[in-house]
Amino acid sequence: MEIALFLIFGLLAVAGALNLLFQRHPINSALSLVVVMMSLAVLYWSLGAEFLAAAQVIVYAGAIMVLFVFVVMLLNAGEEDRATNASKIAYIAGIPGAAAIFCLLSFVFLSERSHLGTTPLGGYLTSAVSNISEISHTLFTSLLLPFEVTSILILVAILGAVVLARKEL
Amino acid sequence: MSHLNNFEIFFLLTIVKIAIVLVITLMSVAYTVLLERKVLGRLQNRWGPSRVGPFGLLQPLVDGLKLFLKEDMMPLAVERPLFILAPIIALGCALISIAVVPFGAVTLVHGVDLFQIANLNIGLLVILGVTSIGVYGIALSGWSSNSKYSLFGSLRSTAQMISYELALGLSLVGVVMRAQSLSLRDIVASQSAHGALSWNILGGPAREHTANGTVWVIAGGFQFIAFFIYLMAAYAETNRSPFDLSEAESELVAGYHTEYSSMKFAMFFMAEYANMITVSCVATLLFLGGASSPFGHLFDHVASGIVGTALFSIFWFVAKVFSFLLLYIWVRGTLPRFRYDQLMGFGWKFLLPVAMVNILATALALTYHG
Repeated sequence: MEIALFLIFGLLAVAGALNLLFQRHPINSALSLVVVMMSLAVLYWSLGAEFLAAAQVIVYAGAIMVLFVFVVMLLNAGEEDRATNASKIAYIAGIPGAAAIFCLLSFVFLSERSHLGTTPLGGYLTSAVSNISEISHTLFTSLLLPFEVTSILILVAILGAVVLARKEL
Repeated sequence: MSHLNNFEIFFLLTIVKIAIVLVITLMSVAYTVLLERKVLGRLQNRWGPSRVGPFGLLQPLVDGLKLFLKEDMMPLAVERPLFILAPIIALGCALISIAVVPFGAVTLVHGVDLFQIANLNIGLLVILGVTSIGVYGIALSGWSSNSKYSLFGSLRSTAQMISYELALGLSLVGVVMRAQSLSLRDIVASQSAHGALSWNILGGPAREHTANGTVWVIAGGFQFIAFFIYLMAAYAETNRSPFDLSEAESELVAGYHTEYSSMKFAMFFMAEYANMITVSCVATLLFLGGASSPFGHLFDHVASGIVGTALFSIFWFVAKVFSFLLLYIWVRGTLPRFRYDQLMGFGWKFLLPVAMVNILATALALTYHG
């Protein structure tokens, strides 16, 4: 069951990511990214992290990508132009380079597998308890300082955006 | 059913449940439209639909037939795939969230709960997530229509839904803190001890029988401020009056579905009313004790047995949802439309801070009184 979910939604995520690159219109690319995020949410859920899955859908697919689509709609951005000042080197070396890095990384991970430890795919699905209380307990005890600092960082970013956007404050 | 194993029983019962809930939801959507037209008519001192069938009761069927048989016009300059996808997303998301709503007391048949399609331990988050995905239906419909009225309608609606989603989510935190769970069954169970007094919207002293005799306890959630915030945010989320700026007829023709006709228009229309029903169900579950009776266990002897309890609980659930729908229609018949800057100011400068203060107060109260 978990394997079937992983295969279907893993393939869907990869297909969405490829479609994101190949589409010429920003709206279509943004919607492909939504497909990737929803598939990732299903994968999280199949690993037993249902809160993470819900947060992924609500925050990324439901809020951030909606804002992307909103901005594209507002600016009325047209289709991208492929021909102008594209990098020749990237065009020639891009796919072989990416393949080489992928091979290198998988070689390192596979050869060092004995030191890294493994996790069973979907092995946590059987535990029926909610992990929300565990997450919140960790967030508000041992990870309290990083959590609050991250919140302040995001707040600073928002204020910075407001200051940059509105010069006559 | 002895020759079936557990999984097969679960599978068959779930499919039957989905089919029945879907049919009932779509019928309620159709008759909510009729209810709105009738009540709105009476509020404006006219009859409303009264020609088709007794009291106009067959009007929704005739309307549906008309929309189904109409020519499906599609303007030439639209973005075809997205233009077709948009109403599907809107209606799909509107119908999905009903899957986690428990609309009756727990009634187990072969280990399967009859009155809830799926009891997820993050049911509330699923509803919020599906609602936030539903925004795409409206955003894409406006953009793909290639018409300025549609685009303005969908821009307004998208901005409004993103803004009010925050206040809506924050207004529910107090309820979740009290129930200590995101499962809708647990949230309903946390309000069932003392009838209406233990509902989240109310609160007060209630008698409790313990081993040491009868003691007075404070029951209820005292979440009436959260309820008010939820109500306002829900009206904005469903694009209903007084926040229906996205389809303001006087400015935008019809808003985001201006270019749609026939069944595609009907899908948007159904999505709006299905969203109304979902929002009413969630309000019922979170603030009014779901399918529990307002009189607590006072009348349990009247309808005893599994069937009696089940029917009674469904009756209370439907009655509560129905009164919410009536409130929706009443508000639409009474209040004028907000201006857009008023809408945004109300959401960000009033509802959001009040929701945060409510969370703080609830957290303090729960810490000091348990």
